[in-house]
Amino acid sequence: MIVVLPILTPLITALIGLIAWGNSRIQRLASVVGSAVGVVIAVILLLTVQENGIQVLYVGNWVAPFGITLVADLFSAIMVTITAFMGLMVAIYALVDIDKDLEVVGYHSLYQFLLVGVTGSFLTGDLFNLFVWFEIMLLSSFVMLTLMGKRAQIEGAVKYVIMNMLSSVIFLASIGLLYGVTGTVNMADLANRVSSAADQRLSLIISLAMLFTVAFGMKAAIFPLFSWLPASYHTPPTAITTIFGALLTKVGVYALIRVYTLIFNTPEIFNYAQIILLLAAGLTMVIGVFGAVAQYGFRRLLSFHIVSQIGYLIMGLAIFTVASLAGTIFYLVHVILAKSALFLVSGIVYRLTGTYDLKKLGGFYHNNMALSMLFFIPAIALAGIPPLSGFWAKFAIIKAGLEAGNYWIIGTGLFVSVFTLYSMIKIWTYAFMRKRPDAYQAPLNTIPASEARLLWIPTVVIGLATILMGIFAGPLFELSTAAAEQLMNTEMYITAVLGGTQ
Amino acid sequence: MNLLLAITVGFLYAAGIYMLLRRSFVKLILGLALLGHATNLLIFTIGGVERAAPPLIPYGEKVLSGDYANPLPQALVLTAIVIGLATSAFAIVLMRRAYVLVGTDDVDELVTTDK
Repeated sequence: MIVVLPILTPLITALIGLIAWGNSRIQRLASVVGSAVGVVIAVILLLTVQENGIQVLYVGNWVAPFGITLVADLFSAIMVTITAFMGLMVAIYALVDIDKDLEVVGYHSLYQFLLVGVTGSFLTGDLFNLFVWFEIMLLSSFVMLTLMGKRAQIEGAVKYVIMNMLSSVIFLASIGLLYGVTGTVNMADLANRVSSAADQRLSLIISLAMLFTVAFGMKAAIFPLFSWLPASYHTPPTAITTIFGALLTKVGVYALIRVYTLIFNTPEIFNYAQIILLLAAGLTMVIGVFGAVAQYGFRRLLSFHIVSQIGYLIMGLAIFTVASLAGTIFYLVHVILAKSALFLVSGIVYRLTGTYDLKKLGGFYHNNMALSMLFFIPAIALAGIPPLSGFWAKFAIIKAGLEAGNYWIIGTGLFVSVFTLYSMIKIWTYAFMRKRPDAYQAPLNTIPASEARLLWIPTVVIGLATILMGIFAGPLFELSTAAAEQLMNTEMYITAVLGGTQ
Repeated sequence: MNLLLAITVGFLYAAGIYMLLRRSFVKLILGLALLGHATNLLIFTIGGVERAAPPLIPYGEKVLSGDYANPLPQALVLTAIVIGLATSAFAIVLMRRAYVLVGTDDVDELVTTDK
């Protein structure tokens, strides 16, 4: 029962928002209260999974592999928890950041539907059902991206919508073909049948694995399929950019990790895929960070950074040991927190100055020390300075890579982290350290205290979370290692799902 | 029958990809619609097209016996069609909006967000 609650909570919240159409006071209250309940439920789910192992729910009591199955293993539970946490933080931030005229057209309900789609993707144990959750998530994100209807948003949305619709078509076709080969869409059942089908039809199965890689790679924004992301993510209001950057690409990474650890986890298939994943990871890291270095828009720079960080996550997957996957899970949580904190700060900077253009910014270090620190801490966490979260995350993946002997990808990762630091220093110097250029000298806007509180609380809490993740890296690593062991030990997942019918 | 369907699917994919590679908004939408149809037909074909009894368990028995039609591909295709309808409807409205705002239906003119 607990498995379905993280999906139901945002769904009910969204429906309350729809019933209270036009009453933005109830919608705002429902959004925050619903997200807070979501956090409590997600933590209960995480504790339950930690205590009692993998939780399975057969929807409508149709046992696997016949009906739709919801499965929560540790990896899913961790992702659901971080989703709920980010959901609450951005819901609070959005109370100020989202204009009244967007609230009137149902922003808060859309936001909750987005969380429904993301959470559903993390919890489903059925490949076709994953496609349906993806579509729920995508449709809400399409509408959220275009809500303001200005030229920039519509232009960004055209690229975003076309690429994502194309990737959905490829995803659907791969599900269809995989069903044709194996006769099932249940992930645990697929895991059994693909490994036996791989003996006779290896090349067909490998092609299917590649099709899934392209479909999920487009959603995760890996090289060379990432161009839609920096073209669209900097156009909507900051709250929307933050939740997109935090969750949407990570769902693509989650799906890649899930299919490779569960379904295509046989040496013959993975040895082939590994080269391609490693290449894609290296190029994603390098191209993403070089794109970031060249930018002068605060949010555009951070958007390219999302791409670069996805490269690290794919690198962790491609090395494919328990240690590297544990590092990847830790890195996922770290990058969601650090990147969101930076986006939230960019929103506050925009409120104060009315621009995202780094060339027109400056002087925050002297007139707003607190804001500077809120930028500085997540920024150096992202670059990987000890003792913050990013250091342990990178350290874990790099150590795992050295143990596995993947030296050149590790070299690339270290090379890229220098440029990550450089691009963070670029924002730091332009927007914070130097004096504001004389041509753009203007008094800062004042934010009313009641609004400022709602903007600062989530920013400070997420900033603190990146510090706490560094301090409590030990226990969190034990958790992510346990999750990675579950991922690599597919028997546990298969027995948990199919146990009753075999 | 299977061969005919397979050729149709291939043709639809080819036409869809050709349309996607053009620069016009309208052709983009048509291309995506064709790709969607191709995929639906692909799932339908791959599930096995055959004349067989409906998959109903006779009264008093527990399992299906004999030749029966596989209902799952149809269920999958039906879901995909419904989702495809929603996304296509959204994409058409979006393209119209983009046409009004940008004043052209040339994809290459969409460069203001890249500056």
